[in-house]
Amino acid sequence: MMMDFQVVVLAGGTSKKLVPLVSKEVPKALLPVANRPVLSYVLELLEHSNLKDLIVVVEGQDAALRVGGWISGAYVDRLHVEVAAVPEDVGTAGALRAIAHHLTANDILVVSGDLICDVSPGAVAAAHRRHGAAVTAMLCSVPVSGPLESGSSSGKDKTKKPGCCNIIGLDPTKQFLLYIATGPEIDRDIRVQKSILRAVGQMEIRADLMDAHLYAFKRAVLQEVLDQKDAFQSLQQDVLPYLVRSQLRSELSLNGAPHTEENGHDKVVPGDNQVMLSQLLAKTSTPSFHELYAMGPNGSAPVRRTHKCCVYIASQDKYCARLNSIQAFSDINRDVIGEASHLSGYSFSAQNNIIHPSAELGSKTTVGQNCMLGEGSQLGDKCSVKRSVIGRHCRIGSNVKVVNSVVMNHVTISDGCSIQGSVICSNAQLQERVVLKDCQILDRVLMVGFNEGSLMVTLYDRITRRKTHGGLRNFGHHVIFLEA
Amino acid sequence: MVQRKGSTRVSEDAEELVRVPLQAILLADSFAQKFRPITLERPKVLLPLVNVPMIDYTLAWLESAGIEEVFVFCCAHSKQVINYLESSHWFSLPHFEVTTIESHNSVSAGDALRLIYERHVIHGDFVLITGDTVSNMSLTQALQEHKDRRKKDNNAVMTMVIKRSKPSPITHQSRLGTDELFMAIDPYTKQLLYYEDKADHLKGTLSLEKMLLADNPSISLHNDKQDCYIDICSPEVLSIFTDNFDYQHLRRHFIKGLLVDDIMGYKIFTHEIHSNYAARVDNFRSYDTISKDIIQRWTYPLVPDVQFLGNYIAKLERQGMYRASAITSPVDKLNGELTCKLPETEPWSTSEVGSGGVGYIWSICEGGHEEEWRHSVAPTSADKLTEVMQATDDDLELTTQGSNVLLPSGELVPDSNSNLSEDDDNEDSRDDSVYFEKEVEATFLRAVHENVKEDHVILEVNSLRLSYNMTSADCAGALFYSVMKLALETPCNSNSELLKNVASVITRWQKLLKSYLQSMDEEILHLLYEKDILQEDAILKWASEKEGAEESDKVFVKQSEKFIQWLNEASEEDD
Repeated sequence: MMMDFQVVVLAGGTSKKLVPLVSKEVPKALLPVANRPVLSYVLELLEHSNLKDLIVVVEGQDAALRVGGWISGAYVDRLHVEVAAVPEDVGTAGALRAIAHHLTANDILVVSGDLICDVSPGAVAAAHRRHGAAVTAMLCSVPVSGPLESGSSSGKDKTKKPGCCNIIGLDPTKQFLLYIATGPEIDRDIRVQKSILRAVGQMEIRADLMDAHLYAFKRAVLQEVLDQKDAFQSLQQDVLPYLVRSQLRSELSLNGAPHTEENGHDKVVPGDNQVMLSQLLAKTSTPSFHELYAMGPNGSAPVRRTHKCCVYIASQDKYCARLNSIQAFSDINRDVIGEASHLSGYSFSAQNNIIHPSAELGSKTTVGQNCMLGEGSQLGDKCSVKRSVIGRHCRIGSNVKVVNSVVMNHVTISDGCSIQGSVICSNAQLQERVVLKDCQILDRVLMVGFNEGSLMVTLYDRITRRKTHGGLRNFGHHVIFLEA
Repeated sequence: MVQRKGSTRVSEDAEELVRVPLQAILLADSFAQKFRPITLERPKVLLPLVNVPMIDYTLAWLESAGIEEVFVFCCAHSKQVINYLESSHWFSLPHFEVTTIESHNSVSAGDALRLIYERHVIHGDFVLITGDTVSNMSLTQALQEHKDRRKKDNNAVMTMVIKRSKPSPITHQSRLGTDELFMAIDPYTKQLLYYEDKADHLKGTLSLEKMLLADNPSISLHNDKQDCYIDICSPEVLSIFTDNFDYQHLRRHFIKGLLVDDIMGYKIFTHEIHSNYAARVDNFRSYDTISKDIIQRWTYPLVPDVQFLGNYIAKLERQGMYRASAITSPVDKLNGELTCKLPETEPWSTSEVGSGGVGYIWSICEGGHEEEWRHSVAPTSADKLTEVMQATDDDLELTTQGSNVLLPSGELVPDSNSNLSEDDDNEDSRDDSVYFEKEVEATFLRAVHENVKEDHVILEVNSLRLSYNMTSADCAGALFYSVMKLALETPCNSNSELLKNVASVITRWQKLLKSYLQSMDEEILHLLYEKDILQEDAILKWASEKEGAEESDKVFVKQSEKFIQWLNEASEEDD
């Protein structure tokens, strides 16, 4: 069954939301999550579902080259991957439009490259096929955000409440998508089409679900929408809401497609209603509201054209998150070596951590639970590492504390530093007694603690691009990004 | 009335000790005129429903549900209702006290509840119901839910009973002929968050405040529920009605008011019944439907062959035919006294309200033909249905073409409300200006005919200007228009005569014009010139003409001096 699905992985480019973590050298797809590029999680998920023919779409030529280079190195004999470069800022719909001519299969599975989850795409595909849907979206519960144990989490939750996710309307059977609000629409009032509500009778509106950016599209539908609505930029904000809104008044010419047998009951069947009914009975035991709505006055042949928008709701115990913000980056790194450790693909030690055999630990240095220490990293004496990921070939001095942080590769941290809840990108250098809390330190930055005393940076939450702040200086062309 | 505010443990215990009898308010008036002309002579609650006055069903249910004290509020035809109740058994029952409250000047349920509040007869939670409700539901659970909620949250003032009933996709009406109802309910607490009956069909969307989702992670939107008009209320409901003296309608004002108002924070909850029956005779269609339901025994035990107070016992025979025991002779098919009859030979379908003439005999049917006993409610015929269907389809097409709901881009059109109101505003202002011009003209004409002094005219026009909120430029325009119209209306033969007329009128009323044209006229002159209405020569000639005129006359010229100067220079350059 999976043979009929063609998979498109939208790997993005250098997302502005993730600055300063991403750069020309490190596009979003190659950001390390537990010392593996984030894209590898999606690729392995697909490989696990036996989906081995993939198109990976990357924004920007340079990024495409880098991603392509990495894929061909890592998956040379495992996957058949085609890397396509599209111009930057075309949006997800634009990216699909650009590669539309590559699409040939009946159904297309579109996956965002920043998805980290353990839900089988096969389940989504099955739901899609079962209903003959035009589109099927995977929904998951909103991941827990923010540092796990800190007191600030409650405050954060309040501000994040319905703001960051989607507002989704479902039918009572939780199979069909009746309403979706994304992006700026969330801040407006919820406006539900009465016609859909009438047809279905009851709609459940949920704010605790998130669109996971894993969609199954009927290819004909996708191509038609992309062709006709050339203003559509985003799959999530334009294409999907459009399909949802027009589901009872479909403007799609589904019967024009060459795969008529696929669209069986969606198109107008001119034949007698016996055929219709038997078809309905064959498809589902009880006709969905779409079919009832499409039906003529006496259950005759359909008079209205409809298409179905389905959902697959991942169960609560599955892990599902998207790396689309710096907070998410920290959270996902924490989760992948913590509660969702089965995703990391590593085998954990008895202490529930991963320490590469080549890593060197000084005396009285402790590496706690849910930690990861990359290849060839060195830790000095009396260090303490908790719930953190430390990349390859890092040099860490003595008396360093690393808590709830991500330290990428080739980072040098001098003696006496304390790092909490921060991300330190590759090749950064921290000099003695630097104290960081909730910061991101860009590539190749040299950070100095000066005036003997420790440099205190306890700024919070958002990135500002102040070059000097709180005693930090701009060293040549290196810019220090701080949260303020 | 005992307010429960800040109730301590002690008072709660005390309250449990002093048992308040379960009370009910029965409104024996629908405060609507849907049943006219039948209700011109007879109150609606006494209309027979399968041979028994409706109010008996309601009272029988209240009694069986354990209500101990009923206040029957009578307004329209109150004497008839009271007389009927007095002659019935309802007053003589033990543990069931019926009290009538009479009023002649109540026009709404709100008035009725305010009046009852003033009487201080309600001491605890009560059931609010109208006298045309048929139900067999058990109140125990709903009451318990209501009481439990009240213990936790004092603001939970009302529990309304709802039942599943999907409106027809074609007529958008429920089986009971009521308009479709949109409700939003919290699926966990069952709190009512949104209530919209009498929905505006033109609006394709219904909008919920986004704040609703901030408080509740999920909301159920319902179009498939029916309001049974059975409410379990706390005593606060009466005081809310008294505080908000403009609340009239139970649903339209009270419920909406409580849902919108977030200062007091009153909450309304719902209780859904599943297997029980509850419906209200709200219109002719529901009259018909409920009658059928009774005959088909959905309302058991309130059926003709079970004796509840006040009805005649009838025997159920085959094919759903009820026959009164008094009749011994073989019943004629068409002449059965006290016979409720339902031809069950026709297949009964719930989806189509009137596929054929499903009818029954009310009471005495005098030798009519079959056709005549099909009259209770004209069924919606198949033709009509297709017509409606066609219309909705047309609507759909229209909306597709005009993209009423869906723009080509797939965006939902913003609520048409805002646009409409803007249009209204424009309309208003345009109307205003038209009226204003007419008024000014009338004032001016009056001045002409009655030789009113200019000062007075100016005063009048100024007052008009203020009342219509216009600018002085508008006055000038209106006045100038009236002046010119006057000149035009004076009979004349040739152009020169017309010119003369104009000149004379203008000179006559120059003072009037002047008072409004202080700053404008240079511009006006320029405009007229630009538009080639006034020839350059004419203006110059006018200027030179006025040169010799008196000072007051020269005001215009002075004001347009610059322009004339410019004209002079321009013509010199041309030379």
